[in-house]
Amino acid sequence: MKPVYLRPKSLTDTVTHYCPGCTHGIAHRLVAEVIDELDIQGRTIGVASVGCSVFAYNYFDVDFQQAAHGRAPAVATGIKRVHPDKVVFTYQGDGDLASIGAAEIVHAAARRENITVIFLNNAIYGMTGGQMAPTTLPGQITTTSPFGREHKTQGYPLRMSELLSAIEGAYYIARCSLHNASHIARAKRAIKQAFRNQIEGKGFSMVELLSTCPTNWRLTPVKALEWVEKHMIPVYPLGEFRVGEGE
Amino acid sequence: MSEPILMKGNEAIAEAAIRAGCKYFFGYPITPQNEIPEYMSRKLPEAGGVFIQAESEVSSINMVYGAAGAGARVMTSSSSPGISLMMEGISYIAGAELPCVIVNISRGGPGLGGIQPSQADYFQATKGGGHGDYKLIVYGPSSVQEACDLMIKAFHVADKYRNPVMILGDGMIGQMMEPVVFRDEPGDAAIPEKPWATTGNEGRQSNLITSIYLDPEVLDAHNWNLYRKYKAIEENEVMYESYHEDDSEWFLVAYGTVARICISVMEKMRKEGFKVGLIRPITLWPFPKVAFDEVAGRAKAFLCVEMSTGQMVEDVRLAVGGKAPVHFYGRTGGAVPLHSNIEKRMRDVIAGRTPVVTDYLDTTTKEVEGDETSVPAS
Repeated sequence: MKPVYLRPKSLTDTVTHYCPGCTHGIAHRLVAEVIDELDIQGRTIGVASVGCSVFAYNYFDVDFQQAAHGRAPAVATGIKRVHPDKVVFTYQGDGDLASIGAAEIVHAAARRENITVIFLNNAIYGMTGGQMAPTTLPGQITTTSPFGREHKTQGYPLRMSELLSAIEGAYYIARCSLHNASHIARAKRAIKQAFRNQIEGKGFSMVELLSTCPTNWRLTPVKALEWVEKHMIPVYPLGEFRVGEGE
Repeated sequence: MSEPILMKGNEAIAEAAIRAGCKYFFGYPITPQNEIPEYMSRKLPEAGGVFIQAESEVSSINMVYGAAGAGARVMTSSSSPGISLMMEGISYIAGAELPCVIVNISRGGPGLGGIQPSQADYFQATKGGGHGDYKLIVYGPSSVQEACDLMIKAFHVADKYRNPVMILGDGMIGQMMEPVVFRDEPGDAAIPEKPWATTGNEGRQSNLITSIYLDPEVLDAHNWNLYRKYKAIEENEVMYESYHEDDSEWFLVAYGTVARICISVMEKMRKEGFKVGLIRPITLWPFPKVAFDEVAGRAKAFLCVEMSTGQMVEDVRLAVGGKAPVHFYGRTGGAVPLHSNIEKRMRDVIAGRTPVVTDYLDTTTKEVEGDETSVPAS
């Protein structure tokens, strides 16, 4: 019998703490498959952020550093400058990357840090219990926008891929979605590209992944996937925002 | 051993770090320590290292975290407000047990304060500063030469204990020029193996650098392990200098550049027959309690002098343990305690006069006039 679906070598055999229907599991698997396919497990160093993926190091079987909230790109910079021949990636959520870590991500891109950033955007703070994020959609109800995000006092969603694509040091910026199989396949191609760029020394690459948070969205896993397609994609259009050329 | 070179403190500190095998520097401009990053930006690439000017001190210290976790000999430098911004990162570095060196060429606070020398960051440096139960090993150099020697020592001590080490120098240490001799250093060769570092898991189990332990039992055990490490540091790493500890009855206590002013006060008063000695802590943490035990039976009083409104004096009181009165004299915000004012204060201590702090804030240099009541009793 030929197995058609195995756990990637770069994932540990561990039951995750993620909620049912959360797309972190999919994102983990895609990153691990890419690490396996590029045969870089032994020289990859991950940086975990603060948020639901704080324990990512329990699931990836590669060296890991756990960073303070928002600081993963700075920590990754320190690692990459010491080991320029190793592959360094951060795995960050939207509270971490777009809010408290906005300065770190912008300047990592501006410095042309040769790292790979996996950015999960689910428009909410998951781990702390569903508070408003900078990425929360207009009108979206969260525990700190109980009447729905109101643009006059709470502003508008921050589109990080568009923002970072304006930075010259950024080589590759793409936004993908994890709401169905064909988009998941596309996301994997983008992730692979982002890792390959680093191996080839091209500079800063980031893949934003539109993700679900069924628990804090108060939706079933299936409804959550539909919500991504219906409500998130119109605010966060998919595609490659920056594909650099040369060095 | 090299010939003496006349160097500005900040540049000498940077050169000492490179000679100690430091290859990575991450920092952000702030006065009065800018010569350190400037020197590093010129010299580190020559030494095969990397200099990055980060977007903030917050980012700098997290780059230090990453590089230290990756096994490198790494440092940052800043001054008071910038060090405040680094406190989050320093707490994480202490929690994750990463070796690194942090230089604070401190200036007057609070807030934006000023840019002149100050010792008002003593509490922040020695009592935690960031959140959680942790300790920095803190050195308070009193000359450019000592700053260089301690800089080299700091990297070795950081590696030995896997703990962040701070050099707490005031702006005078950073800005003045003095002759320096650089000791021969083994440099890279002295950097120990770091099998715990994140270098890629080829041929071994994955390594993890972290400070999160959600299980209370595990975090409790982690904290007590840190505690045991700090106890070992207290036993092994205390440094101080005592002057005339064998026959003195009155002791000045000071660290950093202020100690040098106090030494000249001590010398003048001894010539006049006063039995004045001096204790100069070099490690501010671990605090040299033993220096006070040694003179406890004989000392009639201590006078602690600082460029603050009184921070180290609390540790002096703890060390003295009520066996003798502990007095204080300080100036802040870049005002430096004058020889004449320290002497006047010391004479009043000896005479048993009740201090009025504002009596000692003269900014003019003048000789202290002879005073019958200040004549030594014996």
